[in-house]
Amino acid sequence: MGKFTKKRGKSTPAISTASLPDIIFMLLFFFMVVTVLRDSELKVNNNVPQATELTKLEKKSLVNYLYIGRPLKQYHATYGTKPRLQLGDKFADVTEIPLFLEKHRSSVPENQRPGINSSLRVDGKVTMGIVTDVKTELRKAGQLKVNYSAKPRAE
Amino acid sequence: MAKKSARDRMSNEVNAGSMADIAFLLLIFFLVTTTIDVDKGVLVKLPPWSEEPPEVEKMKTRNVYSVLVNAQNQLLVRGEPASVNNLRDNAKEFIMNPKKREDMAEKPTKAIISIKNDRGTSYETYLEVYNELKAAYNELRNEEAQRKYGKEFEYITREQQREIRARIPLVISEAEPTNFGEEN
Repeated sequence: MGKFTKKRGKSTPAISTASLPDIIFMLLFFFMVVTVLRDSELKVNNNVPQATELTKLEKKSLVNYLYIGRPLKQYHATYGTKPRLQLGDKFADVTEIPLFLEKHRSSVPENQRPGINSSLRVDGKVTMGIVTDVKTELRKAGQLKVNYSAKPRAE
Repeated sequence: MAKKSARDRMSNEVNAGSMADIAFLLLIFFLVTTTIDVDKGVLVKLPPWSEEPPEVEKMKTRNVYSVLVNAQNQLLVRGEPASVNNLRDNAKEFIMNPKKREDMAEKPTKAIISIKNDRGTSYETYLEVYNELKAAYNELRNEEAQRKYGKEFEYITREQQREIRARIPLVISEAEPTNFGEEN
């Protein structure tokens, strides 16, 4: 009995902060891994519509993004106000899609290529004309897995 | 002598006290730049492209659920004006045909949903319609899974999923759009 009380009473050591850096590093690595540095700057208005039947795109490296929308205000002078396609970080014509897809495809290991998805980020206000053109071009290029990007809607 | 030993003691270990601060700095940088935006969307599979015009397949009208969306974003479902709000329920009834009506699909495997839109249809409306039709199929599959296995569709085994998919195949066919209302 005496032993226990003696030990406890002796000292209350300060909590060691030596492991604090480790904890912080752990958090740091977590955020480093989940961080996706946005590689393309949006040049078109891109407000995707809402939907309920959503599928999550699992692997970021297997996804290529095609943006469609009206050019932002600062590009009106050069590119007009008609809905345009944006590939990577520049405006593009629908005829450039095959090359764009090929570029992305070559960066993916061969055994994963069947899993490549195209994410169509289309502004809700755009009409179907350009979307249809893009879809036709995707079909011609053999890229048949397409994901219409949308925001979740609460029901 | 005493001086020397003091210097020795100093160089013995690097002060790691600022390590946490450096780590914090990096952490905050990544915290700020992180955008955990999960990319979600409606998954579709496009039909392969072929140069020759598709074969004209004769189908019984009762098996085809045609949805037309015009450039004014109005719906025409099986020849009648309709609204998006009850599209899902109507499509479900059409596919399963619980009352065995003469003008609805013979069986789910024969049902075909056909969407046609104008080039002037807004993407928002198009996606909404597509979403509703896909939802109809998803709900039917869920109900089927619930009835047979007592679980939601996504929680049953692959084998069971395949079986239900075979019984209720998702067939949404898209016709080439007509050239109305293209904006400029």
